[in-house]
Parts: sequence; C-alpha cells; structure tokens
Amino acid sequence: MSTVRVLVGTRKGAFVLTSDGKRQSWQVTGPHFGGWEVYHIKGSPVDTNRLYLSQGNAWFGQIMQRSNDGGVTWETVGNKFAYDGVPGTHQWYDGTPHPWEFKRVWHLEPSLTDPDTVYAGVEDAALFRTTDGGQSWHEMRGLREHGSGAHWAPGAGGLCLHTILLDPVNAGRMFIAISAAGAFRSDDGGTTWRPINRGLKSEGIPDADAEVGHCVHRIAMHPSRPHVLFMQKHWDVMRSDDAGESWHEVSGNLPTDFGFPIDVHAHEPDTIYVVPITSDSLHYPPDGRLRVFRSRTGGREWEALTNGLPQQDCYVNVLRDAMAVDSLDSCGIYFGTTGGQVYASADAGDNWTAIVRDLPPVLSVEVQTVPEAGR
Amino acid sequence: MTIRVEIPHHLRTLARVDGELRIDLEAPATQRTLLDAIERRYPVLQGTIRDHETRRRRAYLRFFACEQDVSHEPADAPLPEAVQTGREPFLIIGAMSGG
Repeated sequence: MSTVRVLVGTRKGAFVLTSDGKRQSWQVTGPHFGGWEVYHIKGSPVDTNRLYLSQGNAWFGQIMQRSNDGGVTWETVGNKFAYDGVPGTHQWYDGTPHPWEFKRVWHLEPSLTDPDTVYAGVEDAALFRTTDGGQSWHEMRGLREHGSGAHWAPGAGGLCLHTILLDPVNAGRMFIAISAAGAFRSDDGGTTWRPINRGLKSEGIPDADAEVGHCVHRIAMHPSRPHVLFMQKHWDVMRSDDAGESWHEVSGNLPTDFGFPIDVHAHEPDTIYVVPITSDSLHYPPDGRLRVFRSRTGGREWEALTNGLPQQDCYVNVLRDAMAVDSLDSCGIYFGTTGGQVYASADAGDNWTAIVRDLPPVLSVEVQTVPEAGR
Repeated sequence: MTIRVEIPHHLRTLARVDGELRIDLEAPATQRTLLDAIERRYPVLQGTIRDHETRRRRAYLRFFACEQDVSHEPADAPLPEAVQTGREPFLIIGAMSGG
C-alpha cells in the first residue's frame, strides 16, 4: 500500500505528517528547524525521498535544506541568491523606483525529470534554478528582464514569485505568477518570457485590464491537460483554455471570489477547489464558517464542502501554498490554516478531519504519494 | 591566538555546535578576519551574519565585546585586547523579539 506524506511549512518550523493509504491514522514528526519560518517544502516527482525546503527568518536570512531520505535527516545546501547582473529597480508601494533586493524563497518546484534540478520563486520577484541539488542557485534573468519588470509593484505580502508550474507535455513550457505583477509564460525552458494576463480585470490598479500589475494569488493545472489553467486572483476565480493566452471568470455562485489557494483533483481535470475568504480587508471565511468550495464543471458551478470543518466562530485564513492533493484513488485533499490546523479529506472533499490542530500558523502544504518501494 | 565567540541559538543549531566557538587567528584579529574565519570553518553560516555580496552585518544582528557595542567599529580595526587574548568573548547578538 502507498504511503501519504504531508509536508507542512509553518511560521515556527516544518512538520511531516505520514499515513498509510487509508489516511485515517497519522504520525506527526517535527518541528524540523524549530523556531524558523519554513515557507515551502516540496519533493522531487522522480525521487520521492529527495525533498527541498526553504527556511529563514529576519535575523539570519535565507537557509536552504535538502533531504535524501524523505525528511528524516536534512543537509544544509546553498543559500546564495544573487541577481544576475545589475538588477535595477521595480516599483515600490508609493510608485517610486525601488532597488531589487533578495528577501526569501517562497516556492520550490523540483524538475519533473531530474532530482538535482529545482526552480525557486523568490521575493523580490525572480526565478532561480539549481542543477546541482541546491548547492548553487542561478537567476533565470529573462523573466525579470523581459520588459515590464520596472513596473512590477509588491502586494501587501511583498513582491513575491509564488507559483511555478512545469508543463509535463510541452517540454520547455512553464508558467509562473507574481504578486502583484501577474502571470507569465515561457516556451523555451525559462530563457524568454511574456505576460499572459489578457482577460484579467483588477480594481486597485490604474488600468484595470493592464498587461501587468495584477495580483494573481495562485495558478493550478491538471498534468493531463496543461493548456487549461485555473487561477485564484486577489478577486475573481479565472480559467484559461489556451495556456494563458486569454482568461475568463468562473467565480459563478461562490459566496466571495476572494481567496488564496486553488487546486485540481488528481484524477478529474475539471474538479477544482478554492477556499473563499471574505475580502481583502477581512482575511477570514465569510460568517465564521470554514468552507471549501468544489466545482466539478471547471468553474461557474460550486458546492460548499463543510462536513468536519468548523461552521461557527472560525476566523482563520488559508494561504496560497497551503492546499495540495494526493494521487490515491479516491483523491485526498489537504489544506492548512493560519490557526495551525491541517485538514484532510480522503474522499475528494466530502468529509474532513483535522490531522493536527495546534501547529504554528501554516504557510504551505504539499503532499507526496509514496509507493511502498520508495519508503 | 584563540578568539572565543558566542553566537545565537539558531546559528549554533545550524552549525551543529554547542557552547562558544573557538576560532584560531593570527594577530591582530579584526571583525573582518574573525568573520572570515568563522565562515570558512562553518560554511553553513555564510550569509547568516553578513550579506553574501556586500559583507555588511545583517540588520537584526549586533556585535558586543567587553560590555561595549562594537557593531559600528571599522571591519579592519583590531578587536579589543581582552577579546584577542581570549579573556572576553566576542558576542554576536540577535535583536530581541516576541512572536
């Protein structure tokens, strides 16, 4: 039977939650790197024991860790993220030019084919890559220098590159998203880039349908259909059927279309999940009820999933990297909250239980489905 | 000479050391030669005390010695004699915080 490994990054360390395929009984290990912010942990899809982890804090800066045994032991690897060349400026909150400054790694995306190759999305927004298992990191400057970088401005959480999607069908195609610049696509392995934000409309920027400047919170795809993208924007849930060339809104009957994460069922490319949040001013669920919304139609028509989730006095948030799915049948869905709960559903969202309730605020959740031989 | 250095809890954990660091240096020891030696001996501390590129002390850290804040002393100035002789430690201190 396969094992499910849930990798949880929190404000005060990392935790690894493990269960067999029944997903009823869980073993919790951690905190790893107690006291440190762990922004993201992700495993290689070609070597499930190879994990990469972003660790840091304001005092000592960025630290990177690698595990070769599924998170039992860790090795500190390279933490030097230097922009390639003279990076110039982006916009500051007040619209003035502000020098690019590396702050932290938000997201790690291991290669689909090579366990030593990993992409890193960082703040201030840029894309880095290692090809030596994390020992050295090099900026892919074509993104930052494609032309609009000087006009990118930070969202309240910083100018962060938080989403990296690797197309498993079209070699060399990748998507990234930046708050608050928007979504971008490369068709040549990350050398050149262009914005893909046509159809997005955003209040709060001078030109509501500008080519860049949108606060995209998250993008998701199903690997069997990588030209279809789903997006949770600052406001609006969006869909593209042409690899980002154009977007249309699929918020439909959601109680609010503000939120952070969005994810896709492992086996049903048109089944998607979001967690509506009241507003950009009120970062908690509407009416104190924590509800995941599922669409089985690729958007527009949504149903509330509430069984096992608190339906009163709940005022937590779910951050953009804090939802993930496993690949078992039936598909498991997982998300973590700023209140320290990690909820799991082993039946595609119909019923939920909390694996843990009292972790530090959860920053990220990733899931690995580990075959027996890989344990 | 052997310089005694106290570093914060998180850096001790990262470097996998207990207690004070003991760093052998040729006289006269300065902040720069001391930090260079620390980073050579404990490469995982590179970037955690000083910026990789600018070599400037990270904003939330201070350097104390002999009951003085020596954070703003020139990097190439000799360390206090009591530190050079090992009578007093060189302290690397993180800003106090809650949370």
